[in-house]
Amino acid sequence: MIDQIFVELKHWLMGLAPGQFEPIVSGLLSVAALILVFASLFALTTVLERKGLGRIQNRYGPNRVGPFGLLQPAADGLKTLTKEDIVPYSADGMVHFLAPLVLLVPAFLALAVLPMGRNMTMVELDAGVLFFFAAGAATELSVFMAGWSSRNKYSLLGAMRAIAQMISYEVPLILAAVPAIMTAGSLSTDAVVAAQAGYSGWLPHWYVLTPWGLAGFGLFMIAGAAESNRAPFDLPEGESEIIAGYYTEYSGFKFALFFLGEYIGMFAVSGLAITLFLGGWQAPVPFLQWIPSYLWFFAKLLGLILVFIWVRGTLPRLRMDQLMAFAWKFMLPMALVDLFVAGLWRFIPGGLARWLICLVLVAGSYVLLARGLASNSGVHKRSYRYAE
Amino acid sequence: MTAVFIILSLVTVASAIAAMTLRNLVHCALSLAVTFAGLAALYLQLNAQFVGFAQILVYVGAVAILIVFAILLTRGSEPPAEAIFSSKWFVGVAVASVVFAVIAAAVLSSRALPSESASMPSASVRQLGDELMTRYILPLEVLGLLLTAALIGAVILALRETANEQSGGAK
Repeated sequence: MIDQIFVELKHWLMGLAPGQFEPIVSGLLSVAALILVFASLFALTTVLERKGLGRIQNRYGPNRVGPFGLLQPAADGLKTLTKEDIVPYSADGMVHFLAPLVLLVPAFLALAVLPMGRNMTMVELDAGVLFFFAAGAATELSVFMAGWSSRNKYSLLGAMRAIAQMISYEVPLILAAVPAIMTAGSLSTDAVVAAQAGYSGWLPHWYVLTPWGLAGFGLFMIAGAAESNRAPFDLPEGESEIIAGYYTEYSGFKFALFFLGEYIGMFAVSGLAITLFLGGWQAPVPFLQWIPSYLWFFAKLLGLILVFIWVRGTLPRLRMDQLMAFAWKFMLPMALVDLFVAGLWRFIPGGLARWLICLVLVAGSYVLLARGLASNSGVHKRSYRYAE
Repeated sequence: MTAVFIILSLVTVASAIAAMTLRNLVHCALSLAVTFAGLAALYLQLNAQFVGFAQILVYVGAVAILIVFAILLTRGSEPPAEAIFSSKWFVGVAVASVVFAVIAAAVLSSRALPSESASMPSASVRQLGDELMTRYILPLEVLGLLLTAALIGAVILALRETANEQSGGAK
């Protein structure tokens, strides 16, 4: 069956290895497939992004290398590989070298718990979602390492901005994931996907199709964009303000590794959003179930990536105080309300009343919080009472 | 004693020693982060998934960052000229041995110490949640209250002054 072709292939390859090497071979096969697939997706995304942004900004984008400019990533890869690797004279060599690796390795680790198809979760963990967030925790450290070790004021400023942003948005990110976990009753990614199986008529039982799920999905994607430093949350690298932030002093392949790490982080966050809210690898309508499950996962992933590109092309960058106010005065209370609504959803018996109550609660708190945020957006000089 | 355990403990102990002896404070903080991660890996090896991941989330993700921020905000990033650890090592040895004696006494007299390595205890996330919501509900609530108090304190510290308070309180 075509749905299980990769699983069968892996079992067949494992059968070729002698018995005691089986765990090692299994691990190697999974890791090789993961790195290959997501590195290719990264290459594809760079082309899509540059062409999409070009389209939005009324210009062509890359179209010289290969048909439709599709071989552009190969040219870019060769260029970064052959570029001189410059380390600043006063930089902290060891930390400067380690920073891109500390970013990239956890980003790939986080991918391991995502169910990418039926029976295609690489590591089935009892606490998979928790593992995902734990792997993401190393990102902040790597950004700090890059910014500090470069001995460049712009780098350090960028790193401080990035850490402040990541810490602030990690709270709503995790809180927005909680309702889905709570409803599924498990931290395992497989169980969350299984809980969203089935259809009522043509509608799938995805969490995004409930009031709390819709709000949670929106919050999760916004916080995810901020976590992966995507526009409009790209203050840490703001070219027009602090050149490129924490990777100002990175060149050649180390810069490419940073770039790769950020995109893998974006794929990982989108993948978790798909797992938690968009039904994982399941088909949106029952009569399309014959399409293999992994194709659904990657189609959804590409869809979310396109949304990211679209948002990047159309929204201006936030200011620092707007960023913080948005995280603490809108995202956090909204996530808490969403948690409460998900609890209500569980205990009110089904029907129209449940829909109405939950929808009114979510929409009402959205309107109130947004108005509160808009009325307080003036900028004033800060002064502290006890901390000076 | 498996190979994994030996590697993990070597990494953990080596990075802990590095965190104490390195001259540059930021290097010390980064080694400390490696120590935290090594400890988390040890928990994972003991089949305690929740504790292991929570250790990474809290210590690597938050405490290490807090330490780094504290270093950067309180002093210059230049490394000090002389070694930073105290030359009065005998005081350190005395304190360390007293602490070790107390902990060893506590461990040896505890009845929780299994005489033989019985079946491997398993603490799944579900069990932990059940216990927290039933048997240990009071400590959980008290902790929540404590953290809320800390949060309110932090907000009050960073509170913007109103105009009439500014004349008396500000420097």
